[in-house]
Amino acid sequence: MNVRLYVWQRLTAAAMAPLLLVHLAVIFYATRKGLSAADLLARTRGSVSWAGFYGVFVSAVAVHAAIGVRTVLSEWLPLRARHADVAAVLFGVLLAVLGFRAVAAVVLP
Amino acid sequence: MTMLAHRTSPLWIAALVHRLSGIALAIFLPLHFLALGLAISGEARLEAFLRWSDQPLVKASEALLVGLLTVHMLGGLRLLALENLAWHRRQVWFALLAIAAAMLVAFAFLASVV
Repeated sequence: MNVRLYVWQRLTAAAMAPLLLVHLAVIFYATRKGLSAADLLARTRGSVSWAGFYGVFVSAVAVHAAIGVRTVLSEWLPLRARHADVAAVLFGVLLAVLGFRAVAAVVLP
Repeated sequence: MTMLAHRTSPLWIAALVHRLSGIALAIFLPLHFLALGLAISGEARLEAFLRWSDQPLVKASEALLVGLLTVHMLGGLRLLALENLAWHRRQVWFALLAIAAAMLVAFAFLASVV
């Protein structure tokens, strides 16, 4: 892993730590009496705060996971560095697209 | 045998747990996003999925994922501390604490949803 990727990996990890704590609290709070789509969407639809929170979360996780996948592929599989790079970028883009789509699905009115 | 001796170290096992939990989360995340994205097609589609997820096996899997998320987060914090702060002789205890805390959170989640 080069220095730039290392720094991005650690920066996104540090940024996600507080976000993850909030996310875990949300999971416990939202599921304590059974989760319904109506309850979930009533809280999230039209909420700029949740859109911002999960937008940042998705951005950080897409970068963090892509770099992690690249490390695993290059260390555990006999792949050329270039192929591991391409697979990691594709995975990061996939996560970002699906993640932002999911955020849009629950916050857009 | 000597070359593999380090693999019995709790810190090596902690690193392996961190990596395996990361792989599991990387596999889970696209599915998680796809599930939430069902709301694009309307509340009813998401509700149908959530009712499907009420099955005990799915709840157990969710608890496992909550545990993996927690252990990956705590393992990551341990790694950040290891890399940026002075070496602490209780690193092994921090690793064990991360695993114990993750198991506790996973069981607490399971207890709260069943």
